[in-house]
Amino acid sequence: MSKTNRPDNAGERLINGLIKENPTFVLMLGMCPTLAVTTSAVNGFGMGAATLAVLALSNLIISLLRNIIPTKVRIPAFIVIIASFVTVVQLLLEAYLPFLNDALGVYIPLIVVNCIILGRAESYAYSHSPIPSLFDGIGMGLGFTVALTCIGAVRELLGTGEIFGFGIMPKAFTPIGIFVLAPGAFFVLAALCALQNYVKVKGAKAGKDTSKIGSGCSEDCMNCTDTGCGRRKFYDDSDDLVVEEL
Amino acid sequence: MEKKWRVSSNPHVRSKVTTNGIMMAVVLALLPAAGFGIYNFGVRALLHILITVASTVITEFLFGLYKKKLTITDLSAVVTGLLLALNLPVGAPLWIGAMGGVFAILVVKMLFGGLGQNFMNPALAARCFLLISFPAQMTNFVCDAYTGATPLALLKAGETVNVTDMIIGRTAGTIGETSMIALVVGACFLILLGVIDLRIPGSYIVSFAVFVLLFGGRGLDFQYLSAQLAGGGLMLGAFFMATDYVTRPITIKGQYVFGIFLGIMTGIFRIFGPGAEGVSYAIILGNLLVPLIEKVTMPRAFGKGGAAHGRK
Repeated sequence: MSKTNRPDNAGERLINGLIKENPTFVLMLGMCPTLAVTTSAVNGFGMGAATLAVLALSNLIISLLRNIIPTKVRIPAFIVIIASFVTVVQLLLEAYLPFLNDALGVYIPLIVVNCIILGRAESYAYSHSPIPSLFDGIGMGLGFTVALTCIGAVRELLGTGEIFGFGIMPKAFTPIGIFVLAPGAFFVLAALCALQNYVKVKGAKAGKDTSKIGSGCSEDCMNCTDTGCGRRKFYDDSDDLVVEEL
Repeated sequence: MEKKWRVSSNPHVRSKVTTNGIMMAVVLALLPAAGFGIYNFGVRALLHILITVASTVITEFLFGLYKKKLTITDLSAVVTGLLLALNLPVGAPLWIGAMGGVFAILVVKMLFGGLGQNFMNPALAARCFLLISFPAQMTNFVCDAYTGATPLALLKAGETVNVTDMIIGRTAGTIGETSMIALVVGACFLILLGVIDLRIPGSYIVSFAVFVLLFGGRGLDFQYLSAQLAGGGLMLGAFFMATDYVTRPITIKGQYVFGIFLGIMTGIFRIFGPGAEGVSYAIILGNLLVPLIEKVTMPRAFGKGGAAHGRK
């Protein structure tokens, strides 16, 4: 287990993507598919899995090519790599899972512009070796999949009384239609974010080491409520960001 | 000397107006409409009112326990519950009011910081939440007393309605919206007490009437106009919900802008929209625009700006 604490280790990358920097609940990236396709658990899972595949493979390839791609044209190069994998995923979905392809619709091609993928390519894969980059992609993808499946499951449960298509609510339950509509996505996302922040703050108060859990740090230490944060960031007179370890 | 003079920091002149005094006045002003609803629709209407008010008050009480800050004594939860109940059709299942009450208090009011912080009228937001979630139950106006559609739905279908019945309130509709007389009596009580003024309701109703005359497609048909004014939630919305202290603009000019906006939006929803009614959506849409309206209509402080300085 001691290995997992070392940065850039495969296991550490997985935990980082799943929990510490969960792309949906902590980084708040990729909100468009998060809000739009999570009308059911299956859709959320499908979207997450498709993104996971693209993210892992594009991270791997970009990391392998990182010394070849010139810095000035890196963004177009990333887009070409990502778009190739998205095309592969879309053709596979059309061939083998046509119902999911129909349900996700335009959001499959839109994975190309998903900010999680471009974000990981830019901030991680382009500057790290292939194996950690692959696991970074898998970790982030798993975090995204878990988050989307959770949101989809809650919305499906409240909005239709089913989870993964199985009716589990008693007959007396009247589906609350708003949860499968757009406003419901915002309610559920907000509630789940609040829930995980609650757990996190509680853990911080109990004296756990929160630097591993992290939070959606806005670098605004003046108005931050995260009492367990181990760092203070401030801007000095020359407007340079200074990080002070406490 | 100590008894005669009390040394304290300012302000020295205090008003006797309190939050729960205002809320009590609003509850009293709503009683005629609630009473007529019970008379019109029967005991089930009373059950709806009791369940919804209990739901809002209990939710606020439980949240107060959690936050260790008791806020139910300001009676605002009672007002929210009563307004929400008056917006429910009597045929709706009884749990609907309870669920709406929890949504109104917990999500719309307390999570945003409680009374004074909510950006949207809690009762109306809950009504819209219920209307979107349970469209069938929330538009089921069939009950023991009436089997037909609401007067506005009839008007929309091109049929004629009895305006006298609508003014008295003997029509189908939600519990508290049917009787124009009862609502106006309550509103007069509030105006005489100085709790509300005519700025928002007046500009709302007048601009709505003008809109209906211009775009209603009936020309100068005063029977149609009076049916539109007496029907649906217009009176309840204009006097009791658009005037909510928290969610209306504080600037005087802004209040007129707000009222006119509501009138035009209600007209658009009623005449061009797919449904027969649009007061609730118009008001919550207006609530969202309040910060913008206040920003535009903020009066300039004395000594600032002016022609010589130019706008900054």
